[in-house]
Amino acid sequence: MSSSTPLLSVDELSVVFRRRGAEATRAVDGVSFTLEEGRVTGLVGESGCGKSVTSLALMGLLPERGVTVGGSAVLRLPDGDVDLLSLPRRRMRDLRGSQMAMIFQDPLSSLNPVVPIGRQVTEILRRHRGLGGERARREAADLLYRVGIPDPTRRLREYPHQLSGGMRQRALIAMAVACRPRLMIADEPTTALDVTIQAQILELLRDLVTEEGTALLMITHDLGVVAGLCDDINVLYAGRAVERAPRSELFSDPTHPYTIGLLGSIPRLDAPRGDPLTPVRGSVNDNIAWSDGCAFAPRCDHYAMDCLQGPPELVGAAGGGAHVHRCVNPGGAARAEPEEAAGAAGADTGPEGASDAETGADDGAEHTAAVGEDEEGRA
Amino acid sequence: MLRFIVRRALQLIPTLGGLSILLFVWLQRLPGGPEYALLPDDATEEQREALRRALGLDEPFTVQYLAFLRRIAQGDLGASLQTGRPVLTEFWTRFPATFELSVTAMLIAVSVGVPLGYLAARRRGSALDFAAIGGSLLGICTPVFFLAFILKVIFAETLGWLPSAFRLSPGLTRTDITGFVLLDAVMTREWDVVWDGLVHLVLPGLALASIPLAVIVRMTRASVLEVLGEDYVRTADAKGLHRRTVRTRHVMRNAMLPVVTAVGLLTGSLFAGAVLTESVFAFPGIGSFVYSSTQERDYPALTGFILLIATMYVFINLLVDISYSLLDPRVRAQ
Repeated sequence: MSSSTPLLSVDELSVVFRRRGAEATRAVDGVSFTLEEGRVTGLVGESGCGKSVTSLALMGLLPERGVTVGGSAVLRLPDGDVDLLSLPRRRMRDLRGSQMAMIFQDPLSSLNPVVPIGRQVTEILRRHRGLGGERARREAADLLYRVGIPDPTRRLREYPHQLSGGMRQRALIAMAVACRPRLMIADEPTTALDVTIQAQILELLRDLVTEEGTALLMITHDLGVVAGLCDDINVLYAGRAVERAPRSELFSDPTHPYTIGLLGSIPRLDAPRGDPLTPVRGSVNDNIAWSDGCAFAPRCDHYAMDCLQGPPELVGAAGGGAHVHRCVNPGGAARAEPEEAAGAAGADTGPEGASDAETGADDGAEHTAAVGEDEEGRA
Repeated sequence: MLRFIVRRALQLIPTLGGLSILLFVWLQRLPGGPEYALLPDDATEEQREALRRALGLDEPFTVQYLAFLRRIAQGDLGASLQTGRPVLTEFWTRFPATFELSVTAMLIAVSVGVPLGYLAARRRGSALDFAAIGGSLLGICTPVFFLAFILKVIFAETLGWLPSAFRLSPGLTRTDITGFVLLDAVMTREWDVVWDGLVHLVLPGLALASIPLAVIVRMTRASVLEVLGEDYVRTADAKGLHRRTVRTRHVMRNAMLPVVTAVGLLTGSLFAGAVLTESVFAFPGIGSFVYSSTQERDYPALTGFILLIATMYVFINLLVDISYSLLDPRVRAQ
């Protein structure tokens, strides 16, 4: 980790949804992390752990009504620091697209079906860089070319339904990087894509981070993506970070029982055929409020009475350094062997169940022969 | 694009063919054929039979139908029993007034309904939203002739703000070029006629607009609500675009697609509603004539008018389909 001031410091972020006639839901419950330029930070957890809500809160894209956002998220800008969570909406609109950009999960539904791709790229150039007409079109073609879309001038005239899934996501990435944002958030950008395309998109993101020095917040439930892309990883559970570590350390020496469970539930190529997977037992709904104790306790294999004595703090893990976890009783857990975990990450299914076949960046191509891809052959 | 239009236009052929068959069967099925209408009541059965043969009514169905088609193709829709003049002439002297009334009603319905539906969706659950929903329910439920009558009593007879009847004030002279009052008046720069013609359109236009307005408000509201939840609207917001751009380019362009279809379908109900509205306001359009034709059993006039209006309806929906395909590139691709 670099010792300079982080680009974005999120401190005790909380998001509460209130609906009339229903109990308030704490979707995010005091999440803190930092993002650094040129690094990829992962936010990992199963559905409902608050990772997407976190990203929407940072972008100011949560609905105005019925949502309370707390904490702070300080973004370092050339002309001083700003707190994204308390900025007026109009000012947020100026920052979005120019200083911070977001890539979403489903590229087809994230593109306007009745507006040509070109228009959807040039509108952001016009808005933030004041480019119009022919200059905007040339720049848009350049952007598409840079994200790996062949024949960009033709693609600019086409509509989203005429592009393949991978190309759509590339187009969205082109829009995101159009104004060279300092901060980029990618919310499960590869979930809707074929395995080979997933690997290409992740490689593209990695290159953009390296070349532009952008800070990338990668939101995913896919540990394969994490293993291939992220420098630092935050594991979220029930709206709170339960473990944070640099990638190599998290995979080689996970300390929180939930992280250990996630890594253990990954199918492994070197395991004997027919061996059952080890899922994290129970579901994300079987938890208790953080204020009463560890929310993961009901699903934990070795919880003790200590676990229910109020909220556990984030403390340094055995390895020390940047590795922290939120557990009062980390001992006794069956640990994943370092080498196996890293190797397994390429062919993971994520914590949501052992059935979807998602493949990460490292060795995705090896698995694709039987699956097929959709990048080519459409027009 | 051109291929789409041509293909869509070719689809009109079976539609219009089916329409002509329906109309022809309807004509044949009417009680009391021409041999009763044309001959005196005391004519013998032989005389009737002779007339039937002379008119070709003893020919097989297909032969008669083809003869019917041939006459239509030549523009011969027969003569009105009420006036004795050709049905086509009767139609073209009345159609311009109805057309101007229908366009007025549709303009009112769209220009009020779309913004109102949009605002209701943006402020979902507000007083405005409830007023829009409640008002549109009332608009759908209120019979057109009743609303027309109420409007007439309040704004024409009680308040005296607007004329209660006719296309133009009596005694006003105008130059007739196309039959369309407003068009002619603008072309000849008779501004007093333009104003008078517009004033006479207000009350019948409002009455006729009520149902399409109500449908468009609800349609727009539902459609905007759906589009506001779409991912691409969130993408547009994530790009930091101005709210105005997000609303027009990303929300409204998509939300208008179902409304465009509805406008096409609603033109059908406009022509039906015009019959009632025109009767209340003594408006000299096809409505009053259709009404009196029904009373007088003027079958040739009725048949001709139904044929012409149905054809027009089919063509309006062709235009709607074409504009829809201009708005939505996915339709063109299919």
